[in-house]
Formats: sequence, structure tokens, C-alpha cells
Amino acid sequence: MNLTLKIWRQVDANDKGKMVDYKVTEISESMSFLEMMDVLNEQLVNAGDQPVAFDHDCREGICGMCSMYINGEAHGPDRGVTTCQLHMRMFKDGDTITIEPWRAAAFPVIKDLVVNRSAFDRIQHAGGYISVNTSGNTQDANSIPISKHAADQAMDAATCIGCGACVATCKNSSAMLFVGAKVSQYALLPQGQIEAADRVQNMVAQMDLEGFGNCTNTGACEVECPKGISLDNIARMNRELMKANI
Amino acid sequence: MSGFFKSSIGRKVSMALSAFFLMFFLLQHLSINILSVLSPETFNEVSHFMGTNPLVQFVLQPVLIFAVVFHFVMGFVLELRNSSARKISYAKNNGAGNSTWMSRNMIWSGITILAFIGLHFIDFWFPEINTKFIQGDWSGTMEGIQGFRYHEELVHKFINPARVAAYVVAFVLLGLHLAHGFTSAFQSMGGTAGRKKTLQTIGKVYSIIIPAGFIFIALYHHFKH
Repeated sequence: MNLTLKIWRQVDANDKGKMVDYKVTEISESMSFLEMMDVLNEQLVNAGDQPVAFDHDCREGICGMCSMYINGEAHGPDRGVTTCQLHMRMFKDGDTITIEPWRAAAFPVIKDLVVNRSAFDRIQHAGGYISVNTSGNTQDANSIPISKHAADQAMDAATCIGCGACVATCKNSSAMLFVGAKVSQYALLPQGQIEAADRVQNMVAQMDLEGFGNCTNTGACEVECPKGISLDNIARMNRELMKANI
Repeated sequence: MSGFFKSSIGRKVSMALSAFFLMFFLLQHLSINILSVLSPETFNEVSHFMGTNPLVQFVLQPVLIFAVVFHFVMGFVLELRNSSARKISYAKNNGAGNSTWMSRNMIWSGITILAFIGLHFIDFWFPEINTKFIQGDWSGTMEGIQGFRYHEELVHKFINPARVAAYVVAFVLLGLHLAHGFTSAFQSMGGTAGRKKTLQTIGKVYSIIIPAGFIFIALYHHFKH
């Protein structure tokens, strides 16, 4: 198929940036979206132009690195997939595809489609962990009984890959689905109880400090999340924060 | 605890708490107003009780005014903060692909309701304050009207078709505001887990009954007159 691409080009963080049109031809519908971008970049390099910078790593839908806003949706029109798992069969010959970086004040653009998501790292550092004595006398985690229901919910929350699609798609650039998932994965398990109050307070405080917006419960994040993280995790985080303050 | 209400989640919780109060107020307001259709005498008596009872006038009314002002001010504050969280907009954004119109436009339905409250203050609240607190007339009667004045005043308001049209538009927007706001308030309070479908159903029924009831009352009195 032949396509027209409208891509955000920005030299560096200080550049104003603009949308630039490109044509790509003979794109197979079996290609992934990133492979299509590889074809474009090869074309650009051969012509002596700068290739389009975009984040990618595993290309297996698990690392959370790819981060494109495609035709007005985070990770494109497919559901439950990251951009690397989006296939060109989702598009038609002759389509015009608009490709933009995640837009959020807390995710500044570094170059073209690459944004700085280290705000997520700082939120994790603020409390997204459990302190374990690793001196050799540590209790075996399997010796603490956990209900199947709680284990499943914690595992579901832990599948968040921190890609930032929730922030990108939220009309308020809110990070509450991400933080909700990271709080929930520990809040549901006995190992997370000791630091529960400090964890939620510190992570929410860091989230606010980073300049993310407030959740208005539109539910867009849940729809666009490639891992299907549920809004219930935001409700749980809200409960955890209330509990920590009472 | 004060730190909690300064956090993003604390602000959402405070929005939800004021919303719960306002949703309860709407329900009792509709319950009283529907009496104007079912039984004008009962409507007059209940209105007189509400208009002269010290607990309602000096405790609940100030709480209501505070809740209304707080809900609007906090709504605008959150909207401004949220706007500043995305300084550059998307060239192409498919909001309808993942969320409802109501959820994305709470600020606009809210502004319409604010405009309606302005009209309602001019129509009802300011004259009531003038009669009771400035003229000192707590009798609930009026020259030329037998018994209490409340039903006659209400019917008189709905003669003007422009006012009825404004009511209909405002209440349709209120319905849309409630359609998202009802479940959203529970979600902000951390309460939807496991009860999502039940709350969504109650929210849908509530957000239809409240505006439909007020619109029915306005149209009933307009066409009966």
C-alpha cells in the first residue's frame, strides 16, 4: 500500500517543531507500524535526510518504549497493543496517517517522536518498591498465603509497562492510571502493607510535583492502555490515599 | 489532613463530596417541585415550611450556597490546572474513540448550569431574600392571592416561553453533567470497584429522572396556563 505520513519533526527540546509530510510506497500489510517507520527512515537516510527519531526496544509489546500518537490515538487505532504490535493491515492503501509524540508538559519532547518519560521513574523512586531485608534470613514469599483473587488483581496491575499511553490519551495528561497500577500492585499484597501509607502519599506527591493533570474519570486511559489496566486501580489508589490520611 | 485536600486526589475527593450534597439537594428539590403538579396546596405548605424553617434557612441554605460556590470554583481551578498539563495540543485527536462527550465536556455543561443558576437567582432567590430579609415579610402570602403565594409565583414564571426554553436547555445539559458526574463522584471516592455496573445503572436512571422531572414541571405549567 501507498501512504502519506504527517509526522512531527523537532530537532531538539528547544526547537519549535512542525508537521512534515512524507510519502511511503509498497508497504506490506503484514509489516508492523515500526517496520513501516524503518522503511521511511531508510528512504530518508538514502536521500541524505535526518531519519525520524522514535523510541523502540523489544518490539514484542512488553518494554513500553514505543510511544506514538497515531491518527489521534495512543498506539494507534488497534486495542490492547503497543505501536510495535500495531500492524499495517489496520490501514488502507492511500491513507494519510498523522504521527505525533506523546503530548504532556511532564513528557517534554527530546527529538521528533521521542519524549522524556523520566517523570515516571521519579514517581517509582518515590515509593514504587518494597524494602526487603536481603541478609539471608528473608522469609520465602511463597510461605505467605495470598488469595487467588488478590494475586490476580495484583498481577493485572503489575502488567503496566509504563509506556505513558494513559497520560498521552488523557485530556488532562493525568498519570493516575500509571500511579494507580503501581500503588495497587503492592496494596493488594501482604508484602506491600508495611510501607503502604508512605508509598501512596509519596507517589501521589511526586506525581503532582511532575505537573501531570487531575483525573476526571473519562476512562480514555483504560481504553487506550495496551495492557488493559483497569480504572479500578485509580479507585484503589484514591482509597489508599484517603486511608493513609485518616 | 489539610495536605490531603491540597493533593490532586484530595481535590477530586472534595469535588465528589460537594457533588454528593448537590445531587441529594436536586433530588429533594425535584420531590418538592413535583408537588406543584400533583397537589398545589401541599406544594404551598412544603414551600412555606422550607422558606421559613430556621434550620433550612440558616443552616442548610448557607451549606448549599457554599457547596454550589465550592463546586464551581474547584471545577474551574481543576480545569485550569488540567489545561496547563498539556501545553501543545495534538494536531489530530480522536477523543470520541475512547470516551464519552459528557466526560470530556464537564466544564461546558457546568458553565451552562452556572448560567442557569444565575437566571434562577434572579427569578427566585433574590426576590425571596428581598421579601424575607429586607422587607421582613415571612408570612408567605401576597396581596390578591388567597393562601400562600408560592404556587402562583411558580406558575407565573413559566408563562414566558423563552424562560421555559432556557429551562429545557439547562436541564438537558444538567442531565449530561450528571450522566458522567454521578459515577465519577463514586470513582473519585474510590468506591466503584466491584459495584461499577450497579452504580452506572443508578447513575443513568438518576441523570434521566432529575432533568426530565424539572422539564416536565416547566412544560406542564407553561401549557396548562
